[in-house]
Amino acid sequence: MFLKEYFGTIYKSVKSLLTGMKVTGYYFTHQKEILTEEYPDNRSTLKMFDRFRGEVIMPHNADNEHRCTGCQACEIACPNGTIKIITKQELMPDGKKKKRIDAFIYHLELCTMCNLCIVACPSDAIVMGQTFEHSVYDKKTLRKVLNKPGSKIMEGVE
Amino acid sequence: MRSLIAEDYVTPEGEFVINMGPQHPSTHGVLHLKLWLNGETVNKVEPHLGYIHRSIEKMSENLSYRNFIFATSRMDYLAAHINNEACALTVEKGLGIEAPPRAKYVRTIISELTRLSSHQLWWGCTGLDLGAVTPFFYAFREREAIMEIMEETCGARLTQNYMVPGGLMVDIHPNFQKRVKEVLTLIKKNFNEYDEILTGNVIFENRTKEVGYLSKEDAISYGVTGPTARASGVSCDIRKWFPYSAYDQVQFNEILDTGGDCYARYMVRMHEMRESVSIIEQLIDNIPEGDYQTKTKAVLKLPKGEFYQRVETPRGELGVYIVSDGAASPYRIKYRSPGFSNLSALPVMAKGGKIGDLVAIMATIDLVIPDIDR
Repeated sequence: MFLKEYFGTIYKSVKSLLTGMKVTGYYFTHQKEILTEEYPDNRSTLKMFDRFRGEVIMPHNADNEHRCTGCQACEIACPNGTIKIITKQELMPDGKKKKRIDAFIYHLELCTMCNLCIVACPSDAIVMGQTFEHSVYDKKTLRKVLNKPGSKIMEGVE
Repeated sequence: MRSLIAEDYVTPEGEFVINMGPQHPSTHGVLHLKLWLNGETVNKVEPHLGYIHRSIEKMSENLSYRNFIFATSRMDYLAAHINNEACALTVEKGLGIEAPPRAKYVRTIISELTRLSSHQLWWGCTGLDLGAVTPFFYAFREREAIMEIMEETCGARLTQNYMVPGGLMVDIHPNFQKRVKEVLTLIKKNFNEYDEILTGNVIFENRTKEVGYLSKEDAISYGVTGPTARASGVSCDIRKWFPYSAYDQVQFNEILDTGGDCYARYMVRMHEMRESVSIIEQLIDNIPEGDYQTKTKAVLKLPKGEFYQRVETPRGELGVYIVSDGAASPYRIKYRSPGFSNLSALPVMAKGGKIGDLVAIMATIDLVIPDIDR
């Protein structure tokens, strides 16, 4: 009885070992089924999904114009205080004063990519960019001004 | 500073007192266990918490009802979507609104995908903890496919933040249904490999069978939920008992086992993965057309009162309890996290076992430490 159990265990062990090895052996011999990619080498072919949330960017058109009105809806929507908008009063040609953004300050180091600012924006001025390689040597470089120097608001955006 | 003397780590009864963690590779994060050992036998276990406490509950009191949801992704990071959903459901309950049918279906599908990916990671890590390194890579093959769906539709792989009170943040991606079907085919094909490589293995069976027994009475008295409790025969599936989202429109079985040991907990999770696949299959072709979000006011204000909503995460019951005083941010938030209660039963399970068994028990309870500490 003891011997039967003893050899039964050995048989079961060898069988289960071989069953497991069959699976690993299959992938060892079928190199085409390997799915891993080596990251820095595949940089040229690596394309992120459209909705991937990498960082907040402010698109500008060819005339260096953006769509941000400075309403600060994104600043209120942000849970971390990542966005700070500095506004100024600009004199219009008709003599009226209007609120325009001076600097759209974005702290990448505080951002959790939660997408709440993008959803809150009423004029689609900011979108999520697909870059993800954000490591830098100096923390100060993560504080970004999103509106380009000399840019102004697009015609017709209120 | 006084140097250590023998009395500090040897009790008068001759037990050795040893700290396992908080940086121990098999504790899945910063879990600190204080062990009282007699040789290799564990006499007493005392979990020490607080190493990853970020006071998410207190933080939420200063955030609006739209903003506090993102922080819950960082609680149980393997089931971030289900945490978000629990918060969104609680706020919806308070506002007296309901998500449109399309949002409910998508929520359920993504919840089940999250459960699949979480169980797959758990399966890989259990193998890793018990000395089998290979399963980890097989688990990540399917998990990666699920992560890609998340990335394409939600925009992030782990901390999705796809839920807003009233529905979904944006509509699903046009590729969503096609991709989910591809993943289901892949997973169904590869389930046999899971069983071949780990379930039937003799070493694995010897290390999990009759190890870490948890009786039904203990499971109930310690408030254990999820697969850990169901392996002891406690019927506690929130999806069955208190259906939310679209769970009342699907047919599925609650997996129960009476073994109560590590192997039973393992088998419950393995069968749950198959159930998740069947739930998604029932829903994926029937996503109703229509709005993905109910219109809500710009500033959400819950009426005065208390609101509670529970959901089933891969680890057990997650409860969100909001006390509102009528302002734009919650007066008090309390999360009833599954990991905390499940961990409290660890001393019962580990008592009298060996140190190696303790690792097996920790692996099969499926601990996520940020969920315990919050």
